[in-house]
Amino acid sequence: MQTFDLAARGLRELNQTLHGLSGTTNQTAWEIINTRGSHAIAVGLDAEVDITVRGTTGYYCAGMNKLATIRVQGSTGPGVAENMMSGTVIVEGDASQYAGATGRGGLLVIKGNASSRCGISMKGIDIVVHGNIGHMSAFMAQSGNLVVLGDAGDALGDSLYEARLFVRGNVKSLGADCIEKEMRPEHLELLEDLLRRGEADAKAKPEQFRRYGSARKLYNFNIDNASAY
Amino acid sequence: MCGIVGLFLKDKSLEPKLGAMLADMLVTMTDRGPDSAGIAIYGDAGDGLTKITVQSSEPGKDFADLDKDLKEAIGKPVAMMVKSTHAVLEFPADQTEAARSALAHLRPNLKIMSVGDALEIYKEVGLPKDVAERFDLAKMKGSHGIGHTRMATESAVTTLGAHPFSTGPDQCLVHNGSLSNHNGLRRELIRLGTTFETQNDTEVAAAYVSQKLKEGQNLGQALESGLDDLDGFFTFVVGTKDGFGVVRDPIACKPAVMAETDQYVAFGSEYRALVNLPGIEDARVWEPEPATVYFWNH
Repeated sequence: MQTFDLAARGLRELNQTLHGLSGTTNQTAWEIINTRGSHAIAVGLDAEVDITVRGTTGYYCAGMNKLATIRVQGSTGPGVAENMMSGTVIVEGDASQYAGATGRGGLLVIKGNASSRCGISMKGIDIVVHGNIGHMSAFMAQSGNLVVLGDAGDALGDSLYEARLFVRGNVKSLGADCIEKEMRPEHLELLEDLLRRGEADAKAKPEQFRRYGSARKLYNFNIDNASAY
Repeated sequence: MCGIVGLFLKDKSLEPKLGAMLADMLVTMTDRGPDSAGIAIYGDAGDGLTKITVQSSEPGKDFADLDKDLKEAIGKPVAMMVKSTHAVLEFPADQTEAARSALAHLRPNLKIMSVGDALEIYKEVGLPKDVAERFDLAKMKGSHGIGHTRMATESAVTTLGAHPFSTGPDQCLVHNGSLSNHNGLRRELIRLGTTFETQNDTEVAAAYVSQKLKEGQNLGQALESGLDDLDGFFTFVVGTKDGFGVVRDPIACKPAVMAETDQYVAFGSEYRALVNLPGIEDARVWEPEPATVYFWNH
């Protein structure tokens, strides 16, 4: 395993080194030490490598990730795995606001809690949160799946498009145009796979979850509302 | 942006290091607010004494013989400690109003930063590192303190526009965010007798909390009221003589991280600000919930 001391070598060298890794590299396992809450750790990766971040990070850890597996042994600041394209990001601790925002693909796993705006504007990413999520999560979420083993805060799925939301605990409130939907066999199957890949406790069963999705009433302009504009 | 730090000590053995710990946290938050910086620190309260921290743009002229002149005016002993553009005047607590009006007459250009038994406030424009060095913050002792690095949005980059703001005895407040109803609230508070030094939105928030405390609310209640009456974005950290409070608006887009151990409660806009605190690896670290008041008392 390659060890990169962030305090000694700095952020730019870290990300340049990781960007230099290609599909043919032998250096496929890395650990990053002395993170001390630094921002933008391991962003923009584009190689099938395994990165272990030993410690807590600041903003935008693992942003724009492609192909890489990044495991953070700590908590992450705002915007972890923002706009992820593919690969896997696992946060062992908590994640601050807008985790997985605008993500287009891949899997983000948060083993603690995620705060507000988790999965905001998600566009294909799968997010599995073992704890709770904060308010305004999955706001304008377009596609992908958000799985929450704990509770969800206020205004879940406000102005939702076609993302699927699965929550095991309580939902404090649903946002505009977000409704509970029936759980069909294909959803149970999907959830089973996500829970397994999301390293969830074996006690978490698909049947314990409720599904939420878009009522699709905001998709088209309703002429009865014309006077409001 | 703006950066906020705060430290409330539970373990008295850390008190000699409060200034050093806070200064380090403050400098770490430089890239959130390089315009100006300030710190409020609650140190020893002298028995029966009170302190006024004043600021001058011409310290050489204004602070010369200020202690003697003030002593003559109030007829009581006055101790003065000058630190760069700031001076702390200490005198018997029953002379506070007399000292205030004497100062306005003796040195009309002085700006009052804080009044209180324990509180001292130091703030200036410039990089946090320079501000910390200028006032020798690292050497200061105390039981709790808050600091702020400013990236100005609502009013000019001036000493008086820097945080912390103090609008009541031993009270101070720092703010990350911007208020949208501060003009209306300012008019209301002026009607209730508050005088304002700046056009700054944060000063209104500080004065609002002071007004609520004056009406008999405790710090927690005052911050709860603020959630109803203040509109806009805010993460506030507030200090009183023996208390330390934190509140975020319901949207909570301004970042905040807290850490608690047996020795202290710490606040940072980012976790980076907390990494040098003793025992941080084993601290309980969490993000304060939106629209939720947190406060601690000694």
